[in-house]
Order: sequence, then structure tokens, then C-alpha cells
Amino acid sequence: MEYALQQLVNGLTLGMIYGLVAIGYTMVYGIIGMINFAHGDIFMVGSFAGLIALLGLGMGGITFVPLALMLALLFGMMVTSLYGFTVERVAYRPLRGSFRLAPLISAIGMSIFLQNFVQVTQGARPKPIEPVIRGGVVLAHADGFDAVLSWVQMLIIVTTLAVLVVFTLLVARTPLGRAMRACEQDRKMASLLGIDTDRTIVLTFVIGAALAAVAGLMYLLYYGVIDFYMGFVAGVKAFTAAVLGGIGSLPGAVLGGLLIGLIETFWSAYFSVQYKDVAAFSVLILVLIFMPSGLLGRDEVEKV
Amino acid sequence: MNAAPPDTILAVEGLTMRFGGLTAVDGLSFAARRGEITAVIGPNGAGKTTVFNCVTGFYRPTEGSITCAHADGTAYRLDQLPGHRINSTARVARTFQNIRLFPGMTVLENLLVAQHRVLAPAARMVGLPGYRAAEKAAIDRAAAWLQRIGLIDRADVAAAALPYGAQRRVEIARAMCTDPVLLCLDEPAAGLNPRESEELNALLLEIRQGGTSLLLIEHDMSVVMRISDHIVVLDYGKRIADGPPAAVQADPHVIAAYLGEEDAEVAAP
Amino acid sequence: MAPTQPAPQRSASSSVQAALKDAGLAALIAFGVAAPMMGLRTVQGQGGLTISPRFDTVAIAVAAVFVGRLLLHAWQHRGGALRFTMPRLPGIERFAGPLLLAIAVALPFLPGVGRYEVDLGILVLTYVMLGWGLNIVVGLAGLLDLGYVAFYAVGAYTYALSAQYLGFGFWQALPLAGLMAATFGVLLGFPVLRLRGDYLAIVTLAFGEIIRIILLNWTSVTGGPNGLSGIPRPTFLGLSFTAGGGPGSFSDFFGLEPSPIHRIIYLYYIILVLALATNWLTIRLRRMPVGRAWEALREDEIACRSLGLNVTMTKLTAFAIGATLAGLAGAFFATRQAFISPESFTFMESALILAIVVLGGLGSQIGVAVAALVMIGGFEVFRGLDEYRMLVFGLVMVSIMVARPRGLVGERTPSVVLKERKAIDAALVREGAG
Repeated sequence: MEYALQQLVNGLTLGMIYGLVAIGYTMVYGIIGMINFAHGDIFMVGSFAGLIALLGLGMGGITFVPLALMLALLFGMMVTSLYGFTVERVAYRPLRGSFRLAPLISAIGMSIFLQNFVQVTQGARPKPIEPVIRGGVVLAHADGFDAVLSWVQMLIIVTTLAVLVVFTLLVARTPLGRAMRACEQDRKMASLLGIDTDRTIVLTFVIGAALAAVAGLMYLLYYGVIDFYMGFVAGVKAFTAAVLGGIGSLPGAVLGGLLIGLIETFWSAYFSVQYKDVAAFSVLILVLIFMPSGLLGRDEVEKV
Repeated sequence: MNAAPPDTILAVEGLTMRFGGLTAVDGLSFAARRGEITAVIGPNGAGKTTVFNCVTGFYRPTEGSITCAHADGTAYRLDQLPGHRINSTARVARTFQNIRLFPGMTVLENLLVAQHRVLAPAARMVGLPGYRAAEKAAIDRAAAWLQRIGLIDRADVAAAALPYGAQRRVEIARAMCTDPVLLCLDEPAAGLNPRESEELNALLLEIRQGGTSLLLIEHDMSVVMRISDHIVVLDYGKRIADGPPAAVQADPHVIAAYLGEEDAEVAAP
Repeated sequence: MAPTQPAPQRSASSSVQAALKDAGLAALIAFGVAAPMMGLRTVQGQGGLTISPRFDTVAIAVAAVFVGRLLLHAWQHRGGALRFTMPRLPGIERFAGPLLLAIAVALPFLPGVGRYEVDLGILVLTYVMLGWGLNIVVGLAGLLDLGYVAFYAVGAYTYALSAQYLGFGFWQALPLAGLMAATFGVLLGFPVLRLRGDYLAIVTLAFGEIIRIILLNWTSVTGGPNGLSGIPRPTFLGLSFTAGGGPGSFSDFFGLEPSPIHRIIYLYYIILVLALATNWLTIRLRRMPVGRAWEALREDEIACRSLGLNVTMTKLTAFAIGATLAGLAGAFFATRQAFISPESFTFMESALILAIVVLGGLGSQIGVAVAALVMIGGFEVFRGLDEYRMLVFGLVMVSIMVARPRGLVGERTPSVVLKERKAIDAALVREGAG
């Protein structure tokens, strides 16, 4: 029972990280209908940026944890925003309005480039870091096993929920959000009505990238080690989460992320670690067979 | 199950279509007779397209039945058939309001795709020489249709490169290449100028002459009134008139429904 | 939507000013991108990781972007466009195919061609075949398959396992490999082919990953990360290609000096035949109802349904046949290497094959062949660059797509004509939504 509780906590935490990354996928897909294959690698870049910031701050003598984290977060978000902007401008915008295969290959090319860019500049070895936040709260215990909710986990869960609330409000209430929704529905019309679609799209990418930086820092704090390849695996899972939740839906992305995180964690804990990804992917396939638009997705009505 | 008189090709009974809280079609019943041109008209929002999509298998009706009865007595419940079987088994073909040709394929290729039902078995069973013969026959058939619609010289042109009126005609020819017993046309005159509408009338009459029944939705009264044998009028999802053109034109309910509608150019017969 | 247009006519100095401003902005962004990763390197120090600043490369990168951007402006000012239009070489379409074929057939016997070149030829032809196989799914039927490598793996492992447990030789296992791959294709395809395009993409990707993970972890059957080795080499009508020669071997039978090159050349011709068979099959099928149905599906699925085409079956046949071809290629791969491991069947492979198909353009056979030659050949040629090779590769992928979004071949050739065969421009041909 306590063991299951621990898995639940772990799964939710992991799921939140996936959810944060998934939001970026779902927002970009919603607005320009493309799978941003490089998004997972932006997440990886965000992680590295966070690492560099923390190391730098540590070397510079700033050790007060909340301040260091805030600064690292800001740094990471700035870096990934730039990366997101650049990727959109270089690899996607020239292909906008073009068909769908070229942007996809371009995205894959960008993903390969980013992975190897970081590999070449930062080295291929995994980068470990000293735990920044230690300790937690014991939720329940029995027979020498404590189900613990660590402070890091708490931080991740709270941050993700806060981000989700902020962005759902942003999409629903602000002019930018309205512009995003308009572009999602009918880009040509939105542009005819005076919305700067280019800017809206760029901002969507940038916001998604910034969120990926948050997820990247969280990942770093939680797992304590990162490498240049983590973006691919996390990216596929996060995209799976976005599709599972219903692509185009923000709460769906987080819901999907939670599901994938929980499945992964519980499967590793009770069955086998090696096949945890198989479990997550199988769930995706099963869900899509029976609910082709995902859990919270909108049913596409065929216009005849 | 099919209690309709033997000369009925399409029997719509109690058709109801609800989208959430909106009832688009409410308990509609009518019959289209074999060898006739039946038109479904009505003001905008009357539910014509919904009926059409139910008949051609794009919507599943909430209630009611749609039956296609062939001359040999077999009847098919169109509301229960899987989408593609409506054409391949029940032999009901359709055209689309927003023309749906295969844009990157030539006109000839478009017409050959339509003949797959004949060509596919030939390809599988007869082997190469037999297939060649079947393909040649299919090409000849396509050429005959192209001749009829005056586009034989554009056979090798990409479908998307044709002007609008020509695309319309190709779409009709393509549907006819599936050898249907009932051809359903969704606003075939949309976007056509008066001369082209005249040519369309001639083509549709020719098709009727060939033994195919027609069902069409249309706003253009110069087409409807001139060629229809039978008109069904809808308003707010319900049938308000049903009969030959002269009767329908004089029907006060119909006039009331259309009053003030700019679309209805009720031409003198 | 045109990505770029020539700069409007302004006075020379103001456009120079504008160009400088834009280049400066680009350089600033380049700095922001390059500085964190290139400038602040994390290195293993005594007590852990530290940062070692290195701004020389950053400066070079920023300068390169600045200059590059200025050059771009100069190019555009002269009316240049970002898209690359192929020069119209008259008759090239008609000659390219036969010429490449002639070179391919004669390759091992051309002067100056040694083992390395033939090996490279084998590699290129393998990807050509894979490209042609995926072309049926993506190029003709318009289905987005991101997990094609799964069928490749199934073919390879089927041969390896059937050799191990059933004593099959290459030629016996080949049809089995194709059959197994086809089965997997149908099993995967059937439940998921009604999914919308991008959902299908992620599902096929997931399936590819599932296969890889199973291959990696089911050690008792697949050998896990160590894979399977000792896979038998193909024989020529019973004659083997053992290195030392001896009775029952190819060199012995034909009275030749035993040499490893014989086996290599044999392998080369096997893949050449397989690839040509794939090509022949595709061209045939395009003329038949099933192939026409694939292309019609790509153009407009709803119209297909209204013409009575069973869309699900159409998709399934494309998927299954594509899978079969990958399976055959996989068996060949296994016999060529004599050793297989899950490492060869990653998503990167699927992406690479897809890139070849997209680069080829519009379902064109010759396009895919040239694309494979360019990408695989190009990749090999830059072997010396090591870790920078993949970096450049990614960048090249992006550049090629931006320059030629529809691929190398800009036209579709109709499969049947009444009077005159006229190629159809790329702008009119759909990519498929399925």
C-alpha cells in the first residue's frame, strides 16, 4: 500500500514533467498543424541551460537555493525561447503553407542537429549534478518503508499545475490567446482580420519552448543527471502524451502526460523496468483505436 | 421490409437527423421513382444537405430508414451500409458541392479509378493479357464519356488544371463511370453561368435517358424547374411539398417558405 | 505563401542600412544561441562539473551568421529566391534512369572500383530498396509511416532466427521474412489505419519503438543488445563463398582464385536484383487498380469512398506491401552483415528512409533512387568528419527541405494516357492526409 502510494507520487511527478513538454507539442500542433520533432531537444537544451546556470551560479557564489533556482529558470527560459524562435524561423517558417512532409523532415533534421550540437559542444557523457533540494515529507510508512513526497516532487507538481492554470487562462482570456485560437481555427481568416499570424505563431513556439525549459530544469533537479540524448526519448513520450490527451487540448496534454508518467512508473515498479516504454506506447495505441481523437480531443467532423 | 411500390428507387422513411440539440431533419419521408429526376429544394438551412449526406452515407441518421431498391427487386438499406458499399454494392453514386476530383491525376486517370469495380477482379484473376483487355475497355468507356462531355481533348490534363465548369462535368462523368442506378448530385449548378447550366441540363437529361435515376439538391431554379420530374420541398427539416414542378411552384406553402429568399429565382416554366 | 521576395526598390544606402540592421539582429540571436552551449562548456573538473568558457568558437559562429545574412540580402536584392528550381535539362528524365541503371549493373566491373566502392553500392542499393518500399506507403498512398524500420527489423530477425532454429539458408528464409513482415504490417495496420494522418504517424512511431525495445530486451530469443551473429551468407545455387575456397565453393567451381570480393559482388547483385524487382513491382502496381487506388487515396480519400473504393483495404494493401519489401530488405541486411542487433533498427533509420522518400519527391521512383544516392553516398563521403558529420547531416536535411519542399522531382507522371503523356506539376499533386 505504501509502496503503491510512493509509485503514485513518483508517477504523478514524472507525468507532470511530460505534461509540461506535451503542452508545447500540443500548442504548436494546434496552431500550425505540424509535429515539432525538435521540441524534445529544446527540452534537453533547457535542461542543459539550467545545469550551466546552476553551475555558474554555484561558481559565482550564489548558493541561496530559491534565488539560484529562479535565476536558473529564467536563464533556461531565455535560452530555450531563443532556440525556439530560431528553429521556427530557420526550419519551419520557410515551409509554412507548404505541404506537411517537408516541415516534418525539416523538424527531424533540426532535432538531429540540436542533439549533435549539444553533443559536440558539451560532450557526450552524461552530466551529473549534486542534489539541490533535499528532503521531503513522509506520507505514510510501514515496516521500514516510507512513502515520501520529496520537496522536489512537490515543487514539480505545484509548478506544473500553476503553469497549466496560467496558460489555460492565457489562451482563454488574453488577446494573444484569442489570436492563437483564431489562428488555430482559420489562419487565413485570422490574418484577414488583422491578426499578425506570423507573430502569433512565433510566440506559440516561444511559449512552448519556455515551458520546455521549466520541464528541463525540473528534470535536472529530479533525476540529477542529463545527457544530450534525453530529448528524443522524452520528446516521443511527451508527444505520445499530447496525442493521448487529444492533440490541441492543453488540459489534455497534461492529462496525457500524467497517464504516461503513471503507466511508466507503475509498470516499472510492478512488472519490469525494461518494458515500461512498451507499456506506455501500447496504451497509446489502444486508446487511439477506441478513441481516435484521444481522451479530450475534438472529434474532427468531415466536411463534405 | 421494402414495402415501397416497385418503381421506387429510393425510399426515405421517417428520416430524422439530430446534431446534439439541433434537429436538422425531422421525420422526413419521400420516394424517388426509377428513371426520374427528383430534386430536393428548400431555403437555406432547410436540411437538404443533411438529407443528402444521409442518403450517400456520410451521416448516420438518428432515426428512420433509407432504402435503395434495384429493378431486380434487391433492396439495400443505405443507412446501414458501410460508406464505400453505398457505391460498390447499392450502386448509388454522388458528386460533391465543392468538387472533389483527384487533382494530381489526369482526367483519364480519374475516370479509370472510378471503374475499379470492374478492373480489380480482372487484375486479380485473369492475369496480364486479360487485364490489358479489361483496361482497354475501361479506357474506351472513359473516352466515350469524355466525348459526351466535350473534354476528350483534355483527357491527359491534370484534373486540377481544368476550369471550374469542366471540372464539374468530369466529376459527373466520373460518378457515371461507376455505373450507378442512382446518381446523387449536390448543387451541380453551383457556380455555373446560364449557358453552362443549359449544358448541365442537357447532360442530366441524357443521363436519365440512359436509364439512371437522379437525385439532386439545387438552388438554381432554372435547372430544377426545367428538368425535374418530381420535386420535394423542405423547410426547417420537414417536407412541405412533394409533387411535379407545376404543382410545387403553385403551392402556397412553398411560396411562403421562399418569400424574401434572394436565392430562389423562380423562373417561369 | 512565398517565403521571401526580392527587397523592394529603395535607395542603395537605405537598403544597405536595412541589411546591416537585419544581419546585426541575426548575429545577436546567433550569439544568444551559441553562447550558452558553445561558450559555456561543462567539463569534468576535480570535484564535479565546472564551466570552462570558450568564446572563440562563439565569435566565429556569430561572425559567420552576420556575414551569411548579409550575403543572403545581397542575393535577394539581385532577385534571387530561396527556393531552388532545378535547371531544365532537356531529356534528362529520359536518360537519367537508364544511365543510372547501366552504371548500377556494371559497377563492380568498372575500372577503379574496389571492395569499398562495391560495399558502398550495396549500402546505397539497400536504402534505395527501402526507399522504394516506403514510397508505396508514403509517396503513393499518402500514409505517414514513421515506424518503417520495424518491418526491416522483422525481416532481419526472421532470417536470423530461422537460420538458427530451422537451419534455413538465405534463399529459403527470404520469402519467410517477407511473409512475416507482411503479417506484422497487417496486424499493425488493421486497427490503426483509420486514424487521422498525424495520429497514424505517432502510432507507427510507437510501434517501431515497441519492436526495438522488445528486440533489445527479449534476450532469450533475440539475443538482446548483443543481437544475433553467425547468420549464414547466401549461396549461389548451392555454391558457398567461403574465404578460403575449397570444394563446394564458388571459386572452386569456376576455377577462380578465391577472394572475398566474390562474395561482395554476389551480395551486390542480389540487392540490385531485389531493388529492381521492387521497382518493377511498383511500376506495375501503379498501372493496376490497386496502385491507382493508392494514388487516388492520397489525392482525396472522401472521393474514393464515394466511388466505392474500400479505403481501409486500400490502405492496408499499401501498408502490407510496403512492409513486405522492408522485410525482404531486412533479410538481405542480415545476410550481408552476418550479424544483427537492435542498434541498427532505431527511429533514426525510419526517419532517414522517410527523408529519402520525401527528398525524392511525389512518389517518383527515380527521385527516390537519386535521393538515396545523395543522402547515403553523401553521408559516407563525409566519414572523415566524425562527430560533426551528424551535425552537418541534420543541417543538410533542413536546407534541402527549405530549398525543395516537394523534393527533387518536381512532376508526377500519369500512369496511363490517352494521347500524350504530360507530366503534372508538383503544385497540383496532393501529399495525402491519411
